[in-house]
Amino acid sequence: MQIIEDSTVYDAIVVGSGAGGGMATKVLADAGLKVAVVEAGPFFDPADPEQKTQLRWPYESPRRGAGTVRPFGDFDSAYGGWEIEGEPYTHKDGTKFDWFRSHMLGGRTNHWGRISLRFGPDDFKHKSIDGHGDDWPISYDDVKPYYDKVDKMIGVFGTKENIHNNPDGFFLPPPKPRLHELFYIKGARKTGVPVYPSRMSMLTKRINNDRGVCFYCGQCSRACQVYADFSAGTCLIFPAQKSRGQVDLFVNCVVREVTVDDEGKATGVSYINKEDRKEYKLKGKVVVLGASACSTARILMNSKSPQHPNGLGNSSDIVGKYLHDSTGADRMAFVPDLMNRKVSYNEDGVGGMHVYSPWWGDNSKLDFPRGYHIEIWGGMGMPSYGFGFNVNEFNKFFGTKVGGYGDVLRSDAKKYYGALVGLSGRGESIAYKDNYCEIDPNTVDEWGIPVLRFHYKWSEYEHKQAIHMHDTFEQILTNLGGEVLGSKPGKEADYGLHTPGRIIHEVGTTRMGDDPKTSVTNKYQQLHDADNVFVVDAGPFVSQADKNCTWTILALSWRASEYIVDQLKKQNL
Amino acid sequence: MDRRKSLKSIVLGSVAGGLAINGCKPGAETPVEEVALDPTAVKWRTDRENEHVAELERERFFNDHEAATMTVLCDLILPGGAEFKSASDAEVVPFIEFMAKDLPQMQVDLRGGLMWLDHKSNTEFGTEFKSATEEQQKSILDGIAYYDPDVPSSERPFEVNFFSLVRNHTMTGFYTSKIGIEELGYKGNMPNVWDGVPQDVLDQHGVSYEPEWLAKCVDQSKRNIVAEWDEDGNLIS
Repeated sequence: MQIIEDSTVYDAIVVGSGAGGGMATKVLADAGLKVAVVEAGPFFDPADPEQKTQLRWPYESPRRGAGTVRPFGDFDSAYGGWEIEGEPYTHKDGTKFDWFRSHMLGGRTNHWGRISLRFGPDDFKHKSIDGHGDDWPISYDDVKPYYDKVDKMIGVFGTKENIHNNPDGFFLPPPKPRLHELFYIKGARKTGVPVYPSRMSMLTKRINNDRGVCFYCGQCSRACQVYADFSAGTCLIFPAQKSRGQVDLFVNCVVREVTVDDEGKATGVSYINKEDRKEYKLKGKVVVLGASACSTARILMNSKSPQHPNGLGNSSDIVGKYLHDSTGADRMAFVPDLMNRKVSYNEDGVGGMHVYSPWWGDNSKLDFPRGYHIEIWGGMGMPSYGFGFNVNEFNKFFGTKVGGYGDVLRSDAKKYYGALVGLSGRGESIAYKDNYCEIDPNTVDEWGIPVLRFHYKWSEYEHKQAIHMHDTFEQILTNLGGEVLGSKPGKEADYGLHTPGRIIHEVGTTRMGDDPKTSVTNKYQQLHDADNVFVVDAGPFVSQADKNCTWTILALSWRASEYIVDQLKKQNL
Repeated sequence: MDRRKSLKSIVLGSVAGGLAINGCKPGAETPVEEVALDPTAVKWRTDRENEHVAELERERFFNDHEAATMTVLCDLILPGGAEFKSASDAEVVPFIEFMAKDLPQMQVDLRGGLMWLDHKSNTEFGTEFKSATEEQQKSILDGIAYYDPDVPSSERPFEVNFFSLVRNHTMTGFYTSKIGIEELGYKGNMPNVWDGVPQDVLDQHGVSYEPEWLAKCVDQSKRNIVAEWDEDGNLIS
């Protein structure tokens, strides 16, 4: 099969259209550059009335929104999931890592939780504080101007609270708490856990005239038809297409590798067009990888050449290493005081929580080094698959019979509707060299590209953190008047920790650093081994923080992209 | 049974079937019948997802007798009457039919459970379940409809778990339907402006808003004014 070459030479080829790739596309196009965006999945626009899933009713799905095909349900807007037919990955030594992929314009930003937290000053220098992991080669002050710009361009609601490691930004005003969140505030405070308005990227107030204002359907996971939440397609790629630069969108195109010249500099990428299954080449002065931490590592490791025999950017053998995901554990309670609710009003609110608890503890006095934040869920949500399962199981708390049939089930469903409160801890794990992805030499995907093989184990620190989560959840849930459900998970259940990868915060696989022997990129996310290749997804993260990674991906991608523009102007690339 | 594996085999099967048909086309004397794509194919699913749904719709799980028995059973779980609509008004059995194909691990339990019901009814009343009197049917249900939540489901009798499976899916099928959502009274899934919990609801549950907290929240009368900040990040519009 012949490889088909395009004669166009782009200023930049951006691989991936999620948070990192989307931001790079926006910044580069705004600077007037000619940009090719290569996205592995199809075009997606939630404003298309036929393509959108927002405001659909459960009966529009024959499975009523069950997660049989899309793990977060039929109406979730992320195409893909932890398993994609024809695109396997493997594991080493019996360890586990679940890899979530969403191949589509905007990638995983179409369904993410929109929890938009800045990393704090300590998060960039955590080794200096506790001796674990490594410090970043940059500090909060380096990133702050870009966080500020992201806040103003994309929009995030929140409140100024002056918490040292949870820096304030340029916030839109938050929505008022819902009923179950008022219960949480009560229970958390009684437990000594502080609560604040959450920080999320939905527009509670107009931010410009191109995007609408939130209309409170609670369905951000379905992507917003008026662009009132942040998705990379709607808020970055589409505006980039209207900028003074040129943006050519290549959808359904899977990048196989970065191509290089005799000096080892990148010349572009080769990709497979999924529609005709043929291989193509694109030429560019700069290659910007934003395919996701693991996909980017895979592309680099698959880009083997005489100049880069161990894969591109991998002379250090660090590509793929230090992979880490946020920790996650959850617990819920039945709250008798939330029974018999009036259904007289719509409490959908924004998608997700209106209040949250950032990490409050002092790790120097605890047996684990890093913290976690608490997310809150509950309320009278739209029924979907699973509604009414074990409808009156809470009868057990009142000593009445469980089960039955007939009209009593109707009154039970209404009696208990909205009487559940759940808490999720999302925490920081330590980045270890021994948690990694690598190329599996024995397996290819349906495009003929060698796949990733994962090796990942939680350490004792994550286990201890999870125990602390469950202890705290039990206290808070009890203090808000709840009957805690289930029992505290023990060693056999990994103390309740989700399998690595399940929180979908994969970071660290191309970490940044000043030393080319121990890092893949420099502090501008530029490969030490090839100066015209940049990584703008979460690969360059040295550590994860007890925050979600998206806001930092956006800020760092903006920073790296400005550097690219500057270096192109100076003809250094 | 591993659901994922079974799902994969179904999808692979459908692809293989399609290839086989196409493969026959060139030399075929008799026209090959096109497999029609499900007319419900929608743009909000991917092509592959639509094909999968169409494939499931083409299969049939319940036979006529089973479907009729399920209808009787589901209407005992959620009966119709002066005040409420029934499970069959909400087409719960076609929903369960789909789910049985979507989640094939349910199939043996459903089919076996229906056989159990007929066996029980025949043994006790000399007639199959669907033809028994309502009183007879209820006397069977009274023996399987309740469970001890402190006993793990894996240790409960089969027929009790069978009934729970049908009850759960009847409830979901009904309350995710248009008439079920109306009965429940859910008010969401439409554009609105969230401005806090109504006072009567706060009073009913014994909670209140703190003035300091509310002062930080959005003033909905100004939500359409473009945001501007001073240099310290204070909102000034």
